[in-house]
Amino acid sequence: MRFRGRVFKFGDNIDTDVIIPATYLSSTDPEELKRHCMEPIVPFFYEKVRQGDIIVAGSNFGCGSSREHAPYAIKAVGISIVIARSFARIFYRNAMNIGLPLLEADILHEVDGGSEIEVDLKEGKIAIGPRTFASRPPPPFMLEILGEGGLINYLRRKRVERV
Amino acid sequence: MTITEKILASHAGRRYVEPGEIVEVEVDLLLANDITAPLAIQEVERLNLDSLFDPKKVVFVLDHFTPARDVRAAENCRMIREFSKRYGIEHVFEVQDAGIEHALLPERGLVLPGELVIGADSHTCTYGALSLFSTGVGSTDLAYAMAEGRIWLRVPETMKFLCHGKWQRWVGGKDLILHIIGRIGVDGANYKAMEFDGEAVMALSMDGRFTVANMVVEAGAKNGIFPFDEKTKLFLAGRAQRPYSVPEPDREANYCSVWEIDVGTIEPLVALPFLPSNIRPVREVGRLPIDQVVIGSCTNGRLEDLTVAAEIMRGKKVKKGVRCLVIPATQRIYLEALRRGYMEIFLEAGCIVCPPTCGPCLGGHMGVLASGERAVATTNRNFLGRMGHKDSEVYLASPAVCAASAIKGEIVHPEEVL
Repeated sequence: MRFRGRVFKFGDNIDTDVIIPATYLSSTDPEELKRHCMEPIVPFFYEKVRQGDIIVAGSNFGCGSSREHAPYAIKAVGISIVIARSFARIFYRNAMNIGLPLLEADILHEVDGGSEIEVDLKEGKIAIGPRTFASRPPPPFMLEILGEGGLINYLRRKRVERV
Repeated sequence: MTITEKILASHAGRRYVEPGEIVEVEVDLLLANDITAPLAIQEVERLNLDSLFDPKKVVFVLDHFTPARDVRAAENCRMIREFSKRYGIEHVFEVQDAGIEHALLPERGLVLPGELVIGADSHTCTYGALSLFSTGVGSTDLAYAMAEGRIWLRVPETMKFLCHGKWQRWVGGKDLILHIIGRIGVDGANYKAMEFDGEAVMALSMDGRFTVANMVVEAGAKNGIFPFDEKTKLFLAGRAQRPYSVPEPDREANYCSVWEIDVGTIEPLVALPFLPSNIRPVREVGRLPIDQVVIGSCTNGRLEDLTVAAEIMRGKKVKKGVRCLVIPATQRIYLEALRRGYMEIFLEAGCIVCPPTCGPCLGGHMGVLASGERAVATTNRNFLGRMGHKDSEVYLASPAVCAASAIKGEIVHPEEVL
């Protein structure tokens, strides 16, 4: 799983209320959710992102509520992968479960916003210009879930195999 | 093994587990609300199931945007009712059985010692006060568990918080958990279990323990857990819906860290915007005028919380221009507060009493903030825009501080109004 895109930088503790404010949670439609993604801190974020772009953030990304609308909104905006120093645990599960790739790596101070980087998720490698950064890739079963496009697709296959 | 490890081991069908291992565990109960259930239901629909693994173990609580704040919220509730009917889910709580999920499930004896509970709501960790493993997950994990009855979990390391000393007047569970979050930070317990022990936490009532366990997620924790004692037993008597067995830690249990806390040094605290770790003693925040006070939520909407607030507000008036919302967390709490005369105190003081709902806590409805407004609330999060406009502010505090602040019109120590 390789990704190439422009970087959008965010700091520490980007919470789910900022990623998608609760008042919009009556909708489950990603196309609608994306219009409010990051709204309190980056209005019209969805117009600024091009398909494949990458979020690079500090620690504890996705802290707060369990709303899966948060990773759905980020994915719908067109973000291909989120790289952060650390992720809040529910967000981590949710993103992987819906097929939004995440990578734990501390590169916030190594990249410029708007610059283009390349990520090899399976290898945990990030190329920033001529420099390469190594990080721990997600465990194999999580890569498998991502490869299927999410947990429910993965389960569908497992259930077919069981029969 | 710690209590958490023991519960995970027993639910994984194993004699022993250790931190860092990934285990597949059986789930005793799973929960979703009117915001997270619709996404979970959509995922379950994609599986074309004839039946769920066990509909008796599924609970839906319609509490976030209810009473339905608009047509879409109403449609989501209808979708949950229809799905429940189709799959034989009887535990659907609303209207006459209304309540905020994390106050409601313990009240109804649906979550019990030694059990493993997951909920599509981050504050599912609240139930750890009853000596069980409970943690928040997302809608897709919940959908998976509705189909399979299992979920994978990483066994967390356990941090132990040993609390001793004598509580100061007007200091309680809310101040303790804010103090701890202030010390360890909003990701200080990320992926970990937080275990509480020592005579000071065991001196807390069950309501106080629920408040502590409720906010462990604000330090990033996977779960919070208390030992079982006589108070737990008494709370469950006549309530428990199933038999239960009490988990106990081994003497040689391993903790990744042990924190000694003298609760006698803790004063009434406030968490300033925009993180729950941004703690100050209330006496040090200066004169901050407020527009709104919220006394309620899954953190502090229980009977003891209303008791403290009523004690402070008795015979007093809410400052003119301040909107004070009181939200009993469940119908039963509401009724008991009414019988005890608290509602009269609140109404005489000029509070608005709302039906049980999460309402303003997450900026959903029933009292959201305009730009430039400031609220002090007994809720659990003060993130940017949490209670409404992105240019509004939420300060977190105990019911005592909130009630006193409503009277004074600014954030104050309870002693300032007594």
